Amino acid sequence: MNFGFSISPSSHIMMDDVSRKRFDALKKTEPDIAICMSCGSCTATCTAGANAEVSLRRMILMLQRGKDDEALAMASRCLLCGKCYLVCPRGINTRHVLLSISKCLGHDEDI
Amino acid sequence: MMKTFDIFVIPFVVGMVFVLMFCLAALGRVILQMPHSDRRRLLVSLVTPQTFLRNIRDIFCDCLLHVKIWKRNPVLGFMHSAIAFGWFMIIVIGHIEVFVLQPFNDYNLSFAQDLGSKLYLPIFFRFFSPEAVSPTAKTLAFLMDFFLALILCGILTAFLKKIKSTIVGVKRITKFGFADSVIRIALWTIFPFRLAAETTQLMVFWWLYSLDLCLFMFLLPFTRYMHIPSEMLLILLRNAGIKSKSPRQGFALAEMYSCPGCGLCIDACPMSVDDEKSGMTSVYFIRNLRKNDPEKMREMAEVCLMCGKCVSVCPVAIQSCDLKMNLRKNESENLISDLSYLNKVDISENICEKGEKVLFFAGCMTHLTPRIIKSMKKIFEKAGERYEIMDSEGGICCGRPMLLAGKTDAAQAVIAKNTEMIRKSGARKLVVSCPICYRVFKEEYQLEDIEIQHHSQYIDEIISKGKLKLSRTKSRIVYHDPCELGRPFGIYDEPRHVVESCGVLVEAAQNRNMSVCCGGSLGSITMSKDKRDAVTDSSLANLMANHPDEIATACPLCLKTFAKKTDIQVNDIAELVAENCS
Ligand code: SF4
Ligand code: SF4
Ligand code: SF4
Ligand code: SF4
Ligand code: SF4
Repeated sequence: MNFGFSISPSSHIMMDDVSRKRFDALKKTEPDIAICMSCGSCTATCTAGANAEVSLRRMILMLQRGKDDEALAMASRCLLCGKCYLVCPRGINTRHVLLSISKCLGHDEDI
Repeated sequence: MMKTFDIFVIPFVVGMVFVLMFCLAALGRVILQMPHSDRRRLLVSLVTPQTFLRNIRDIFCDCLLHVKIWKRNPVLGFMHSAIAFGWFMIIVIGHIEVFVLQPFNDYNLSFAQDLGSKLYLPIFFRFFSPEAVSPTAKTLAFLMDFFLALILCGILTAFLKKIKSTIVGVKRITKFGFADSVIRIALWTIFPFRLAAETTQLMVFWWLYSLDLCLFMFLLPFTRYMHIPSEMLLILLRNAGIKSKSPRQGFALAEMYSCPGCGLCIDACPMSVDDEKSGMTSVYFIRNLRKNDPEKMREMAEVCLMCGKCVSVCPVAIQSCDLKMNLRKNESENLISDLSYLNKVDISENICEKGEKVLFFAGCMTHLTPRIIKSMKKIFEKAGERYEIMDSEGGICCGRPMLLAGKTDAAQAVIAKNTEMIRKSGARKLVVSCPICYRVFKEEYQLEDIEIQHHSQYIDEIISKGKLKLSRTKSRIVYHDPCELGRPFGIYDEPRHVVESCGVLVEAAQNRNMSVCCGGSLGSITMSKDKRDAVTDSSLANLMANHPDEIATACPLCLKTFAKKTDIQVNDIAELVAENCS
């Protein structure tokens, strides 16, 4: 039956179960990742985002919440074009953040 | 009876044999590490008369006379060529003396003695034959003294440079480690010892001279003086058309050995402005490559802006940016990437009507500066040119930022997609407004049958064809040469013509191939915002040297970067033209 609405799946995250090891490793490589204020400018301007699901803002949130695999999948679609760097009000070195996500999360065995 | 041997020559002979063996081994390594195709190239080039002559000319001009350094800085040029050419002549004339005067021919030397004496007799000739009697001998002796004096002048200059570098017009000089400092002292004392030995004929000086040479030759392979033998090899390899394919092996090894640490890249590098030690510049990068320090190598390769200025000032023409790119590639090429969504992007079939229309590619950076797109549209319309915009709906990146980050395979996917769309459009002419795109289209895309123009070239062309009517204002405009446009392609004049037809062109303090990067470069992966800001400030100070009223650039990224940090008007050349055309 179609009620015209549906129930979203739960987005509940047990932070106790989340390992922040990989996020911390990432923060060491590119400390800028900690100063994001989730303004979304990067997402609004994203070249890849016009055709695929790519959002740096969400990637950073995912990482903070331990959803590493989703973040990694998103980062793998980035074109590294640098538009997000130019619009980021915090001056975050976004291309390095994106590259580091692939580098640090791409090799599980390292951590 | 005249002696042909004395025990003091032994240190020299040992050193000489060591250095020859090391160089042979290094040569073997370079050759073996190169891919087979490069070895073939080298072989072919060595037997081709043209390249053979070019090799001789280049070795003479670059290794001995240091013509490139002369052009850049005559005092430094004198210093280098006095030492190199003087030393070369002393060795040559030494051999001529032994050969022509033949004072030792009366002795029956065994084969080994003969071979050994061939090594040391020309070097210690004056010890074994102190008196020049015949006129020929006197002339040769005079020449020897002349070149010795020349070398000593060179060394004096080097000494002054060490004490106060600004005397020779250099701000920052390379800092050397222990071995490099010791070998420098060895080099500087060799010739004074020789002078003392020849004039006084005291045994102690002959010993010192020989020991000093021995020390020099034992240290040579481990210090910057390895560039003396290596530069010659590098010239042969380069003239054969070989390029580096790895950060440390084969051709790259020859490049590493060939850096004399002259330090010209230090003052040139925009990263030096903020950093007293200038520790990230190419000379130190190459030193860390030689030391094989992976952490430092990576750090330095990733921070570099890839502006190419160090390469353009390098007297040895070491392609350090290529080495850094090779290193980045090794680091990142295997990172996962998923670009399957690219097939959603498309363009209508034959949109350019078989070349009737110009295809304009704005690229990511121009999309961030829509005023450039607007201006280009106006220019196309005023000039009566028919055009299509390839990425009016956003499009995709050109691929160069990915290449710069080392993700070469992913970049190839982007390149393939764009190539397919350009071909499908039926375009015969592609105009781009961003030098970053221009470079990758020119260097990596296979679009030989399509004319690719940067918009500065395109606008210059339509102005000179009389298609645009422009009114000149009195505004004094300084033009900033974008790194990706100037140094790799030499596009300096076209944008200047365009600026001149809109206002009064003024020049920056350093321009053309000496232009200072704006600091926004996508070339750097890790540079922090503060460091970038410092580079931008110094680039702006350089532009403001002649007090212009406004700044013009031909790169949307430069435009964005400058506009953030200055109060004076910054325009793209397209905007200037659009404003001034009627
Ligand atoms: S660098 Fe990546 S995330 Fe940033 S705008 Fe470009 S495609 Fe989007
Ligand atoms: S633009 Fe910068 S601050 Fe804003 S969400 Fe993106 S990364 Fe965070
Ligand atoms: S890289 Fe070139 S400019 Fe720099 S120190 Fe070496 S030789 Fe000199
Ligand atoms: S490419 Fe530019 S930033 Fe990089 S080392 Fe050379 S001069 Fe410095
Ligand atoms: S933005 Fe302009 S000046 Fe800066 S690196 Fe790129 S082309 Fe060079």
